[in-house]
Amino acid sequence: MSDVVEKTLTALPSLLSLDSQPGAGKLSITSKLGSLIKNITELTSKHEESKLIKKELSTIKEQISSPHTTLRQMKEIMVRMIYCEMLGYDTSFGYIHAIKLAQQGSLLEKRVGYLAVSLFLNENHELLLLLVNTVLKDLQSTNLVEVCMALTIASQIFPKDMIPAVLPLVEEKLQHSKEIIRRKAVLALYKFYLIAPNQVQHIHDKFRKALCDRDPGVMISSLQIYQQMIKDCPDGYKDLTGSFVAILKQVVGGKLPVDFNYHSVPAPWLQIQLLRILALLGKDDQSASELMYDVLDESLRRAEINHNITYAILFECVKTVYTIHPKSDLLQKAAKCIGKFVLSHKINLKYLGLKALTYVVQQDPNLALQHQMTIIQCLDHPDPIIKRETLELLYRITNGQNVTVIVEKMLAFLWQSKDEYTTIDLVGKVAELAEKYAPDNEWFVKTMNTVFSLGGDVMQPDIPNNFLRLLAEGFENEIEDKQLRLFAVESYLSLLDKENCNFPQRFLQVISWVLGEYSYLKTDTHPEIVAERLQKLLDQSTISQETKSWIMAAITKLASDSVCSSTVTEIAEKHSVCLDTVQRQHAFEMKALLDDRELMKQILPKDASCEDIEVDISLSFLDEFVANALDRGAAPYKPPHQRQQELSQAKALNFEPYGLSLPISASSYSIAGRQSPTGLSLSSGLSGNSAEMTQKKGSNSLKLEGVKKVWGKEGYLPQSETAQEVNHPSASCPDVEATTMEKLVENASVQSDLLPVALNVKDQEKQQLASSLFVGIGSHDTLSLMGKSENNAQRFRKRSKLKEYSKETERLSRDEFSLQSPPQNLLDNANFSESSENLNGLGTLFTSKFSKKADSTTLDCDKMSKQEMLTVPTKGSSLLFTSDDMVVVKPSHSPAEISFLPSSNQYFSLPAELSQQAHSEVVQLAYNDFLSLSACKIYQKDCLLLVVFITSYSSTPITHIELCFPQSKLKVFNSAAHHFHSLEAKSTVNCQSCLLMEEPCAQLDLVGNLTYHLESEEISELEFSLTLTLLDFVRPLIISTDDYGKLWLSFANDVKQNLNLLSNAKDPLTATLNVLKDNLCLHIVDIIGKESIIACQLLPSIPCLMHCRVHSGMLAVWLRSPSPDFIDCLLYHCQRILQEK
Amino acid sequence: MMQFMLLFSRQGKLRLQKWYVPLSDKEKKKITRELVQTVLARKPKMCSFLEWRDLKIVYKRYASLYFCCAIEDQDNELITLEIIHRYVELLDKYFGSVCELDIIFNFEKAYFILDEFLLGGEAQETSKKNVLKAIEQADLLQEDPAVLEVKMFKIHLPGLSIFILNDKSALQANG
Repeated sequence: MSDVVEKTLTALPSLLSLDSQPGAGKLSITSKLGSLIKNITELTSKHEESKLIKKELSTIKEQISSPHTTLRQMKEIMVRMIYCEMLGYDTSFGYIHAIKLAQQGSLLEKRVGYLAVSLFLNENHELLLLLVNTVLKDLQSTNLVEVCMALTIASQIFPKDMIPAVLPLVEEKLQHSKEIIRRKAVLALYKFYLIAPNQVQHIHDKFRKALCDRDPGVMISSLQIYQQMIKDCPDGYKDLTGSFVAILKQVVGGKLPVDFNYHSVPAPWLQIQLLRILALLGKDDQSASELMYDVLDESLRRAEINHNITYAILFECVKTVYTIHPKSDLLQKAAKCIGKFVLSHKINLKYLGLKALTYVVQQDPNLALQHQMTIIQCLDHPDPIIKRETLELLYRITNGQNVTVIVEKMLAFLWQSKDEYTTIDLVGKVAELAEKYAPDNEWFVKTMNTVFSLGGDVMQPDIPNNFLRLLAEGFENEIEDKQLRLFAVESYLSLLDKENCNFPQRFLQVISWVLGEYSYLKTDTHPEIVAERLQKLLDQSTISQETKSWIMAAITKLASDSVCSSTVTEIAEKHSVCLDTVQRQHAFEMKALLDDRELMKQILPKDASCEDIEVDISLSFLDEFVANALDRGAAPYKPPHQRQQELSQAKALNFEPYGLSLPISASSYSIAGRQSPTGLSLSSGLSGNSAEMTQKKGSNSLKLEGVKKVWGKEGYLPQSETAQEVNHPSASCPDVEATTMEKLVENASVQSDLLPVALNVKDQEKQQLASSLFVGIGSHDTLSLMGKSENNAQRFRKRSKLKEYSKETERLSRDEFSLQSPPQNLLDNANFSESSENLNGLGTLFTSKFSKKADSTTLDCDKMSKQEMLTVPTKGSSLLFTSDDMVVVKPSHSPAEISFLPSSNQYFSLPAELSQQAHSEVVQLAYNDFLSLSACKIYQKDCLLLVVFITSYSSTPITHIELCFPQSKLKVFNSAAHHFHSLEAKSTVNCQSCLLMEEPCAQLDLVGNLTYHLESEEISELEFSLTLTLLDFVRPLIISTDDYGKLWLSFANDVKQNLNLLSNAKDPLTATLNVLKDNLCLHIVDIIGKESIIACQLLPSIPCLMHCRVHSGMLAVWLRSPSPDFIDCLLYHCQRILQEK
Repeated sequence: MMQFMLLFSRQGKLRLQKWYVPLSDKEKKKITRELVQTVLARKPKMCSFLEWRDLKIVYKRYASLYFCCAIEDQDNELITLEIIHRYVELLDKYFGSVCELDIIFNFEKAYFILDEFLLGGEAQETSKKNVLKAIEQADLLQEDPAVLEVKMFKIHLPGLSIFILNDKSALQANG
């Protein structure tokens, strides 16, 4: 059959050119497109094609810019351009003409113009702005076809910022008499909702009208908007559940016109959409779910015709049944359905059946048992997609008893898979299973070795990090820990024994860390031998710079263990002339340490990777140095953001020549640069950095611009001549995939015991496999599977905790400069949150240090400096925030929210200095039998201070209370975690945290948890959340009209929007502004006639300026700010508040 | 929501592309190249669904043409297959026994039909009658010479153009 097509295509050119053929003469495809296509089909090579198209494009270019080209010709040219673009050639020169054609052409030409625009441009393209006028004009046209075209393009691509311009016209079309126009208008609004939800906030009631439209087509389109809105906020639309159920009932009952039937199934698209909406509404909501049971039952029953489309509905139905609040009768029917899918001989249905099983198996592991033979068959399926899905299913039912078999299957698949995406995913899963359920040490280490060699450098970085952490932290049993470590050392040594071993970089890093840290456990091997092995690695050209740092660190650690070692000295010598600065630094450090064994023992202790490192955060040992520098006239330290600001201010226009200061500062820096590797302060990476920093400060007028030149000119170039050829080219291989595969092959021999035994097809063996795969699954331990992560006895118990840290670990692990090997740094978990904070706080601490000495600015001033520049000096904060003003300002909490403790109407006393400030009511966050948590927001001038009260109800003291706010979009100062040793019975403590928004958003939930110990020694946990709105972080910006003008011009983002005016008041403008001011904490800078200017800021320092004008009964607002998100969110709140009024 | 739709021939030649998410030309080219390769490498009896990066790919072959859609994780694969089928039905009705030649020479028509059927990655109008009505309205009942030419072409060379929709032999086992 396909041969015939090929014949058609090859015959095509001759057919098209043959005029003599009877009949063909009539169909002379004379159009230029026709001949272009014809010519292309004649060509044989890609090169010829590109030559031809280039020629074609240059002709087009010429024609397109010629004034004599008619619109009709232009239309034809556009089609040819679309064709060229589809072949992969750039036609961007003609985009503007597509817009022109849409603008000027008659109907047929306009249609092609719009098509070309929708194909050429995407919604971020700048030319799209030129289209707005055309769309506006066509929306107002009396010709239906033109209106349709305009609506179609608007629902495909439209510039976000220009939505307000067309919105009224599109809204108007919702009332149009033609169904098709109403439908397209709804879809255009859907598009607007997707790209800028705030813009269509006010027309929600019109969506409801569309939902009740007399024409089903319009109703169907409106469901798309509803699905999206319900997904964003399911609680807001629960009242519609009944309506959606009613619609679905009618559809299933065949009440819609036959037009909507598809292969005699009534409106399948609509059914699926409704089922999806119901799933969203019924999730975790029993009462909503109860409304749906009947119709879902009916849907399952009705779908009996054996056609793809009924299976599509069934599949969606099953998904919904398993998502909503469960009903056993329905679940049974759904399970039966899944069975139908799994057992189907159609491969598509089988695939979906496996998918559904994967989805539900956590709720009901017995389902997997029922189909175990099918699953086994799918494991051998020739289609890799089916295999992959089966593995996914097995992954979900893994437990301690079947882990070895399942991991073996997964690894077998990985050996064959070439897809990077699959590799990353599966490798992560294998690592997770291995950590959770490993039966013994040997298996664990071997499996992880395979993971590292297979995952290569594409796997998630937290896999090696977690592995190392597990090794370092160990488990309850000290002896077993040692065995595990020893086994790892032994297996790595034997891996390195092989000649030409080509392992991925990450694996080598793991190997070198483990060898450095734990080689001492292997008493029968001299450290010298280990060091030699590592040295061999170091000389390989394929090793990346980063890995080299790890290896050097490992060698240094080995050196501290052995008495004296010629290998180590040799390495240190060799690399101290290396061209790579990092490595050279390592070499210098190593040398310095070798000279001072005492120091070495001290900073490289044995098996101490989990010990806390004591760091002198205040860097008091540098005090003298700083004082001296300041005495000599050095400028006090300024934090980076302040420097940045000063720089940008100075930048305005600087006509002063940079002149002489440059060479001086440059040379002083180069001295500093040379000193640092010689080991002035080797005690920790932190102090190393600090030394550099202070030196920067010490040199009088350092300009960072100078640095580059120095490094290039005198730093290293002369030395490079004497250097031996140790400069390995950077070895990060570009073709990761290829090299990984190579490595795998070589690795295969080592790991042969892990390779899957060839699968036998005999039934008996399959039975055996089944019993090993499905062991431990069944009704007796359903519970443990449901919980999966929590309830299973985990071998490696730290797992859950680790995840929290992993992100930070990643960040730290880049800090490879510190002499202690990287893992030591990252494994320092006990003190983790604190130490990472120390890192963050370093800058600030410096400041305070310097400023104390210099007696100039205070820390506080520093923080506020940015703000101060914007504000006219005020008499302290009291003027900004008089407390009673603020309490009135924040009435937005509904009374229901402020539910006080049920038992005692306790009064929470704020500390005296805080109760003076503006604050909210105390709200209860969470409580249980022992504890209650309440909170109060205090609107401070530079942050939102959250005071959390912890009250004990227990009759005995509660100990080890820890309150923390894990991940969130908030910046939490004053430490993210609070810790109390104990809380007396029936008493209250409070803790305070300063909060700032990382990024502007309309509202967000602060999630936190409280862990504590009761008498019983058990750790208990109490979770809570608190909703914070943007308004909690907005403060007035006090500013003069002049400054306002200057600022206005400097902001890039602006948005215009019409707001409702409170028209029933005497003076609508002032009334509206006052409402906004009271609710939003705005500062009204000036009111002039019908216009007003307003300023506010989002803490810490994102200003927003508003310009308001009364215009035809609306308040036309024009906002400008450096942050577009802030504008969006602020507008949202303005709209909300004015609507409430 | 559908992310994009590609039509390509057995030889890997792109015949139609529609993107519902904003991507750069470079990304589009890369995705197209990779997907065409992946799909063409699959055997006829294999599953019509693929997991590719974080998307789901649904494809189906009609005669010499592959129709290939990318959808998101929560979307329904089977209904997407039916979307493809409905589109083929629409093309068939509009061109009158559609074949690959129709789509090669009148691809802009194929785009118009697609835009009337799917809008912004969602099914806009699933009734065959209504879609064609809208197209005809826009065509202004003028028979485009190019469409006519291919129609004539087909009459005179019936053996060489395969009607996509009715070519039962090309349908996959799952059809």
